Amino acid sequence: MARLQAMRIAAALCAAAAVLTTSGCGWGRTVAEKEALDENSTSAASAKTSSCVDTSGSEIKIGFVNSLSGTMAISEQTVSDSLHMAVDEINANGGVLGKKLKVVQQDGKSEPAVFAEKAKTLIEKECVAAVFGGWTSSSRKAMLPVFEADNALLFYPLQYEGMEASPNIFYSGAAPNQQIVPALDYLKEKGYKKLFLVGSDYVFPQTANRVVKAYAAGNGMEVVGEEYTPMGSTDFTTIVNKLKFSGADAVVNTLNGDSNVAFFKEYKASGLKADTVPVISMSIAEEEVSAIGVDNVKGQLTAWNYYQTLDNKQNATFVKNFKAKYGANRPTSDPMESAYTSVYLWKGMVEKAKSFDVDKVKAAADGVTFNAPEGKVTVDGENHHIYKTSYIGKIGEDKLIHTVWQSDGPIKPDPYLKGYSWAKSLSASADSSEN
Amino acid sequence: MASKKTVSGSASTSAAGEFYTKYKPWIGTAIAVVLILLAPSVLSVYNLGLLSKYLCYAMVAVGIGLAWGQGGMLTLGQGLFFGLGAYVMAIHMKLSDIGPGQVPDFMSQYGITEVPGFWELFRNPVIAVIGVAAVPGAIAALLGLAVFGRGVRGAYFAILSQALVAAFSVLLIGQSKTTGGTNGLNDFKGFFGYDLTDDANKQMIFYICAFLTLAMVLIVWWIRRSFMGDLIIGVRDQENRMKFLGYNPASIKVFAFSLAAMFAGIGGAMIVPVVGIISPSDIGVTPSILMLAGVVIGGRTTLLGPVIGTLLVRFAETQLSEAYPSAWTYIEGLIFILVIAFIPMGLGQFKGLWPWLKERFGLGAAASAAATTSTATA
Repeated sequence: MARLQAMRIAAALCAAAAVLTTSGCGWGRTVAEKEALDENSTSAASAKTSSCVDTSGSEIKIGFVNSLSGTMAISEQTVSDSLHMAVDEINANGGVLGKKLKVVQQDGKSEPAVFAEKAKTLIEKECVAAVFGGWTSSSRKAMLPVFEADNALLFYPLQYEGMEASPNIFYSGAAPNQQIVPALDYLKEKGYKKLFLVGSDYVFPQTANRVVKAYAAGNGMEVVGEEYTPMGSTDFTTIVNKLKFSGADAVVNTLNGDSNVAFFKEYKASGLKADTVPVISMSIAEEEVSAIGVDNVKGQLTAWNYYQTLDNKQNATFVKNFKAKYGANRPTSDPMESAYTSVYLWKGMVEKAKSFDVDKVKAAADGVTFNAPEGKVTVDGENHHIYKTSYIGKIGEDKLIHTVWQSDGPIKPDPYLKGYSWAKSLSASADSSEN
Repeated sequence: MASKKTVSGSASTSAAGEFYTKYKPWIGTAIAVVLILLAPSVLSVYNLGLLSKYLCYAMVAVGIGLAWGQGGMLTLGQGLFFGLGAYVMAIHMKLSDIGPGQVPDFMSQYGITEVPGFWELFRNPVIAVIGVAAVPGAIAALLGLAVFGRGVRGAYFAILSQALVAAFSVLLIGQSKTTGGTNGLNDFKGFFGYDLTDDANKQMIFYICAFLTLAMVLIVWWIRRSFMGDLIIGVRDQENRMKFLGYNPASIKVFAFSLAAMFAGIGGAMIVPVVGIISPSDIGVTPSILMLAGVVIGGRTTLLGPVIGTLLVRFAETQLSEAYPSAWTYIEGLIFILVIAFIPMGLGQFKGLWPWLKERFGLGAAASAAATTSTATA
């Protein structure tokens, strides 16, 4: 009897499916049709979706998406804080095009799929004019198709591995040629020849190290070791041993988070010293120094585009305001500054375009500048990255990072490293991937 | 809906009651079908997308209900099977996006010029569709044969399943040249040739998710009524007695566990076109535990409990996290604590209210309809 009933139900399901397919609610256009559509309409973007952004009132909505829960919360909360500060400042000074900014904050939960979902919430449900946030590359990769499909704007604040330039994303953090390459230039200038690479096992370290290897090959340097550990790994005995006996004279460190604590403790215990075998880190900012313990990292090098100690008027105001708002013991760091700057860059673009319309904002983006705490930055309209000054810093006793070298003015962003002869192999593969 | 042959023979005097008892599964199914068909006309495309996502997790929950609720196998690692299904689908979608002879962008960055063999296998749409269920099902069967035959059960099995899902996500990250690493696979354009940005296609994907979930519920309903259902419960409650009766508990468990894995794999496969990304952090230890949350809340031993519970939990999560982005985790935690403290067997076991309503209003059918309503609209 059970079987009979099951068969009846299966029959009913088939009937339902038949009704469904005949009732007109079938499949829509195919990928091929979509591509043909995009090709035919020259202004493909405007043909996509009509935006639901409401520009009639005295307020305009913008969205923030940061992980406020999960493993990345501790880092991303700081970015959310500085984004809010930028908005408060802008509102206190009259807003953008006479409209006050109203922030809709969403939690990305440290999960890429949630970032994609919340990006959709912000664009399609909240109808925000622009979105700011994201931290990990995976969160950006997850959001990219959403922003492209809805023709919306994302401002991504982190330095990252490059090899990307979406027409719907503005990258206010460093491209590889504004962080990794200057770090290598510095090592070369100081006469270091044998590099040891250590990183967490994910996309940024892997891509960064491919750049390092290409650079070394083209500049008479040698990579004597390359080691990866799973994220969060804290066992570095073997790796530090290898490092010690590799004959390396400098270490390029792309470890993330907790792994740094264990790595630097082991490094110190093995008798290695910052004077003889310095470690240059790509992911240690002011926030992390106190977490790792200043005794473990003092004297080591970092490569960023902003330090709290930068000596200029904008930075003095930025640091002062941030401490006044969030507490005197809170440091300011590169990602925070970059996020803060991105809000002002969007404001600059909107004011230049005299419109909140995404296509008009994009068209106006080229050449927009802002006197940021890191120095003057300029938007490159072609690849949507920004001109940034690079700073090599040394970690001091005071838990802050002090500049020991800086580039000659802002560096033109080059996410695919096309302008470097030694990076031919990298940009060649990137070319084929652009489509 | 499947409350067995026993039941209280109380109110079956009235003709309506008799009709209801006789055709209960029919009525339930019909209501669910109508609700599914109506959903797109009431919900916006955005909300339909969210509902599709919840349904993908509901598919996993139906399987967990069978493996854990009926079979007693507490699996903390459904993310493994969810992930296998998802990656098979994602590989197929990526390959059909880029066309033959090309490699995905992340591979070309590693200097790979030819897609690896296990990718090539899923280029064929038929193999991909079979693969999303067959791959997780086969792996679950192999795993089941290895551990159930040796009498691994209870907490040991739970820990093992959790360790496996952790290992799987480490493997995916480590093999980033062929799996996309922490970034996972993303940026898809089409689903079997249909443009993912088109609203009509999003609606079809919702229908597929909804009818798959319904089909899975019906399969489990059928198993529960069948002799196999009794065997599964027998193994859960009295494994040794079943052995003495001449049954092999291991093979019964393998059956339930593999079926649950297939459901999870299909749910994972559908989440790829819905969400647009699959990455190791979507299938790790924490997501796997969250897949259990809805089953616990809904009642693991009931037929509809896991589905309703999952839809409710995911819906509440979206609503809470949108409204209170910085405080929602505390609220959600509090709800979990309250449910576990006061209704430990889940909402589906909250029987006190049920007979009272029935007695008071003679409203069995309406109440059942209400339960199904929340399935499709939550």
